[in-house]
Amino acid sequence: MQDFLSSLVSVAFHGLAYGMILYVISVGLSVTMGLMGFANLAHGVFAMAGGYVMLTAINSQGAPFPLAVAGAFVAVALGSMVLERLLYARLYTAGELEQVLFTIGLIFMAVAVARLIYGALPQPVHLPEYMKGQLRFLGRDFPTYRVFLILFSIAIAALLWFGVERTRWGAMVRAAVDNRAMAQSVGVNTTRLFTLTFSLGSGLAALGGALGADIIAIQPTYPFEHLVYFLIVVAVGGLGTLRGPFVAALLIGVADTACKYWIPELGAFFIFAATIGILLWRPGGLYGRAAT
Amino acid sequence: MNAALEVRKLCKSFGALKVADEIDFCLERGARHALIGPNGAGKTTFINMLTGRLRPSSGQMLLGGEDITELGQAARVKRGLGRTFQINTLFLKLPVIDNVALSVAEREGVAWRMFRAANAHRGVIDESMDLLQTLGLAEDARNSVARLPYGKQRLVEIAVALGLKPRVLLLDEPAAGVPSLESHRILEVLAALPGDIAILIIEHDMDLVFRFARRITVLAQGAILAEGAPAEIAENQRVREVYLGERHV
Amino acid sequence: MTHSGGYVADPRFRAIEWLPWLLALLCFFVAPSYLPLGSYVLTMIIFALSLDLVVGYAGIITLGHSAYFGAGAYIAGIFAARVSTEPLTGLAISTVGAGLLGLLTGVVILRTRGLALLMLTLAITSLCLEFANKATGWTGGADGLGGFAIQPILGLFKFDLFGKTAYLYCLVFLFASWWLVRRMVYSPFGASLTGIRENDVRMNAVGAPVYMRLVVSYTISAALAGLAGALLTQTTQYVGLKVLGFELSGELLVMLILGGIGRIYGAFVGPLVYLLAQDYLAKQFPEYWYFGIGMILVLVVMFVRGGILGIVDAGIAKWRGASA
Repeated sequence: MQDFLSSLVSVAFHGLAYGMILYVISVGLSVTMGLMGFANLAHGVFAMAGGYVMLTAINSQGAPFPLAVAGAFVAVALGSMVLERLLYARLYTAGELEQVLFTIGLIFMAVAVARLIYGALPQPVHLPEYMKGQLRFLGRDFPTYRVFLILFSIAIAALLWFGVERTRWGAMVRAAVDNRAMAQSVGVNTTRLFTLTFSLGSGLAALGGALGADIIAIQPTYPFEHLVYFLIVVAVGGLGTLRGPFVAALLIGVADTACKYWIPELGAFFIFAATIGILLWRPGGLYGRAAT
Repeated sequence: MNAALEVRKLCKSFGALKVADEIDFCLERGARHALIGPNGAGKTTFINMLTGRLRPSSGQMLLGGEDITELGQAARVKRGLGRTFQINTLFLKLPVIDNVALSVAEREGVAWRMFRAANAHRGVIDESMDLLQTLGLAEDARNSVARLPYGKQRLVEIAVALGLKPRVLLLDEPAAGVPSLESHRILEVLAALPGDIAILIIEHDMDLVFRFARRITVLAQGAILAEGAPAEIAENQRVREVYLGERHV
Repeated sequence: MTHSGGYVADPRFRAIEWLPWLLALLCFFVAPSYLPLGSYVLTMIIFALSLDLVVGYAGIITLGHSAYFGAGAYIAGIFAARVSTEPLTGLAISTVGAGLLGLLTGVVILRTRGLALLMLTLAITSLCLEFANKATGWTGGADGLGGFAIQPILGLFKFDLFGKTAYLYCLVFLFASWWLVRRMVYSPFGASLTGIRENDVRMNAVGAPVYMRLVVSYTISAALAGLAGALLTQTTQYVGLKVLGFELSGELLVMLILGGIGRIYGAFVGPLVYLLAQDYLAKQFPEYWYFGIGMILVLVVMFVRGGILGIVDAGIAKWRGASA
């Protein structure tokens, strides 16, 4: 019983950390899909890029951890802004198939570039000393870094919530998600709004990729391998909401960890089956608008 | 029993909003009937319930005496209920004749055939061609719909519905978006439709309505305000207030 | 030359349509050392044809078609390893099995549209991959399934070391698949699929059973994909996890787009060009290969939606315009 309780806490804790990382990575995708109606399969590329930027800064430049993380966010946000202006923006009105193909093309290119520069193996993660220990809480040890991850991600979620619910930018985003034509007609510059939102979303993905490098290894196949999870978070949560991906990411993080811990012979089977079930029950996701 | 289409106490609400309030309505065989009313009167909702795109909250619909309330869209079409859309709903990239032939093929029940070439179905093609001929679209048969001017596209919309050989035809603003100079062409086509089809037309072009319809129903706020011959409707004081009054605002 | 079907399209064979078959036979005699690669190309063409039917004609966008290819491949492998190594029975069972999987999943997922549908197709192939990965008793897991020797076809034609029999075996089934797909594309059924792709609201309004028709096309397509998968297993006498998952689906979509979508022969040109180029380039410069493919994909989407055949068509039209 004691053992079970102990493993329960452990699964919940690690599941939570994994779920929070999934959230930080995927929330940008949810907004891109909800706001621009763009099926961006290449979202994982930004997360991977964030991971590489951070690890390069730490491993070969000796940059301090906080600076490296911030650098990942800024570099990817700026880079994605360029991409959005040059390429993505041209395909907002194109069909789903074109968007899917275009973003698959981006994945191929990113995978190739990553392998050229870094080789096929996962990058080693060197955390600073102060992140390495254990924190003692209620008579149990918790890895400091994961505690930090959870708290940091919660802070980001809160910040996002504040941004969307309480700021002018958030009001414009919400208006444009509801009715783009209406938003435009009342003077929202949707082009700029899209660019900014896209780059923020990509920056967040980079942040998630960087912070989560310890959990989801940074390697060239990253955008292919984990895409399913990011998409599941978005689809199960529902498009264009903040709460949806949050709840979905936590559910998936915990469920996936639990499955792999207790019934490893099933692997990720349960997650995919559950996703199919949820999407059939609610095609728009848990918190999505009824009709899609 | 002389009704082609009959509606009894049809209701529909979206939350607290009543968009159809106990509508009783009857479309005679061979009718030329117009449904008018100010914007937001519930005309399109009404049509969508008739065609089965929208489920009514309560009430009953009968097509040729048969209860169709529970039937889906396809089943109603099979029983002879055709419609056109207010906004063109066509296969823009396909040739005009394919637009019609797809509809004819469904009616003739050949659309499941997988081995014989579509091109070898002379019956379907000839019938589609005849239809285009009567609507004056024969020369455009092989052009894609997207290339036609909007007025002609509206005619294709009608041709597609006629391909179903409907007993009841619902025309949702057939002249919408057509320059008034060309709308006479639409009227000509409508006037030449076979007399045994019962037609219900929704239209904002009052000129067209009064020239075409032999009976008019006025809908306002989801309920029937008045019904009668065109002359009666034109004289009806309440209609003038609600409907015409609104137009002048 | 777009083979978009419909009621005014002339279904008769053009002379040029015999060209692929002539080339395929020519290749058999002239380039015997390429036959194993050739067999692989032929199976991928069948797979691409099956994808073209749903994506190009019916307009169902899927990222999970490898589920059916993989199902066919694994059924063929398991059948050969456990029941019998008779090839034609194995092929038939795999085709039917993949078709059944297509029917079961199609009935369920084709009720949805857009992102949900995209996700569901992806989830299904991921599910199949995870299943194949974990059910090691049946599938061999990550090691794959091999060690079976397929019997001679009809007891007459032995699978030889040089892949001659395998090549012709694939060619025969490609011919049959092509004939079937071509007939369907030009049939009223094919025309109605195009109608659904172009405007499903209108198809509903003319009384077409849209959902049923999508399910049927999806099932047929899945069966064809299964056939292709089974051919791969039988001709290579091995099946591994690579036949499932998003990467193969994505790659196949790339091949189809490269050749040209919704035009039958795009499914021929795409895999041929892609796999030949891959054979030359991917071994020497794998990174540049993937980068190049990605780049081409982006360019195709941005500038030439019709793919290689689209460019050829445009070229011919221009040339005719200039000479007229």
